[in-house]
Amino acid sequence: MPENYLIEVNNLTKRFGAFTAVDSISFNVRQGEIFGFLGANGAGKTTAIKMLSGLLTPSSGDAKVIGFDVKTHAEKIKKNIGYMSQRFSLYEDLTVFENMRFYGGIYGLRSIEINTKAEEILNVLNLLNERNILVKSLPLGWKQKLAFSISILHNPPLVFLDEPTGGVDPITRREFWELIMEAANRGTTLFVTTHYMDEAEYCNRVSIMVDGKIEALGTPLELRQQMGVTNMEAVFLSLARKSSRSEL
Amino acid sequence: MFAIEAIGISKSYRFKKQEVKALHDINLQILQSELFGLIGPDGSGKTSLIRILNTLLLADSGTGSVDGLDIVKDFEAIRRRVGYMPGRFSLYTDLTVEENLQFFASVFNTTIKENYSLIKSIYQQIEPFKHRRAGQLSGGMKQKLALSCALIHRPSVLFLDEPTTGVDAVSRKEFWDMLKELQANEITILVSTPYMDEAAICDRVALIQDGSLFKVDKPTQIVDDFTPKLFGIRTKEMFRLIEDLKSWNSVHSCFAFGDSCHVIFKDLNNEVAACKTYLMAKQHQDIEIFQIKAGIEDCFMYLMKKSA
Repeated sequence: MPENYLIEVNNLTKRFGAFTAVDSISFNVRQGEIFGFLGANGAGKTTAIKMLSGLLTPSSGDAKVIGFDVKTHAEKIKKNIGYMSQRFSLYEDLTVFENMRFYGGIYGLRSIEINTKAEEILNVLNLLNERNILVKSLPLGWKQKLAFSISILHNPPLVFLDEPTGGVDPITRREFWELIMEAANRGTTLFVTTHYMDEAEYCNRVSIMVDGKIEALGTPLELRQQMGVTNMEAVFLSLARKSSRSEL
Repeated sequence: MFAIEAIGISKSYRFKKQEVKALHDINLQILQSELFGLIGPDGSGKTSLIRILNTLLLADSGTGSVDGLDIVKDFEAIRRRVGYMPGRFSLYTDLTVEENLQFFASVFNTTIKENYSLIKSIYQQIEPFKHRRAGQLSGGMKQKLALSCALIHRPSVLFLDEPTTGVDAVSRKEFWDMLKELQANEITILVSTPYMDEAAICDRVALIQDGSLFKVDKPTQIVDDFTPKLFGIRTKEMFRLIEDLKSWNSVHSCFAFGDSCHVIFKDLNNEVAACKTYLMAKQHQDIEIFQIKAGIEDCFMYLMKKSA
């Protein structure tokens, strides 16, 4: 029986002039998987994510995301995936509820659906008393948990999370990952980047990008065993040090 | 004399009639040539404290000194002798690498040549790109340029506000190696970071959360002071393991830690056997339970939970 892949990537490449930012990468992501997409700054992660989420056209190669071709059906992809980044996620000058209504509206949910979903999220995150306060007055960790919940408001089968936990306190960072694991448990597929190597261990599989290429791909245990080390930090350091593209 | 001293510093911000407490009664003494880490998450008060100590912000109450100089009365003298690298990249993006460095040297009445020896090992890494505009540099290079500019007047005290945030594990390690080297030049360094694992490299650290310091000590001492018995637990299914442990009333705390969970039990006898029985009843497979030594992050979370 063929596996159910939500992301299928074949020789995907992006060139900017003479510079090859993403150099013929190939990999698949299974349904319900937490996939860690690691790499040093400048390795090409952001460019790859932009292509996969339909924001940037590849120079060559193919990618299918939730069954749609990134070259011909970018709009379909954008409409049906979830996306959350560290920098841009919520509108600071809108209240907690207004943000939910706004994003729900963007993704075409009806008012009644938005209201039901909103109550659900406020309950789970323990934010019932904060419903009408401005997002900018929430602590960072709460904001990030709220941003994640909003990114899956429209029940997307696949969510891209770009460094969602940077700077978040250690307890909230773990609560955040419990939300991610819970979503995966419900069948959502999660594609995550992070600089915290302990978080790489929570992924079902991880890939490590070096100079635009995928240099390693496997479960955290497989990668640790392959490299003969005891943690992901050591795996990452030994691979990323091979980079010749130290400075762009 | 302390290189940096804070005595009872408090600071609040007014935000639409709402008062937000940023710092509460901070007392801190940092020794000469010490590499001192201010460890805490976003919003814990790290930036406010750094900006009060380097005279860019006034405290509501309390006093402090840098190199024996008063942080209010002697602000001009302090500014001449400290280096500061803010959290946000603050160099001139339209100037080249070299022009930025020249600019900061001239502001402090010195030249690149005069203090080249101090920045050599850092600046050399970006020197091949000295004619490139600062705005065109990668994150790691910007960071090296900013550090060079903060050092070009040979400061006696260096304030670094989250220099490694958003930086990958390799560049983070390189950056800390550079700081260790600088220490040899008798420069006192106060550096803030949200990464708990960086604490181990510092001579001493202060753990900060919600504007209060809840521990100031050597990293090894903080770890030694951790009294509860800590266990690492692994089974085949991580998420279910966390859920099952959290819902067990014999568990005081349970946090995911890489490929295992770190668990503190509430007065439970024979923890390993008892926990194994519990997890087997919950149909967990490949159960491993082992006692471990706490790291800084374990200590931080324990103290954070206790103070909440």
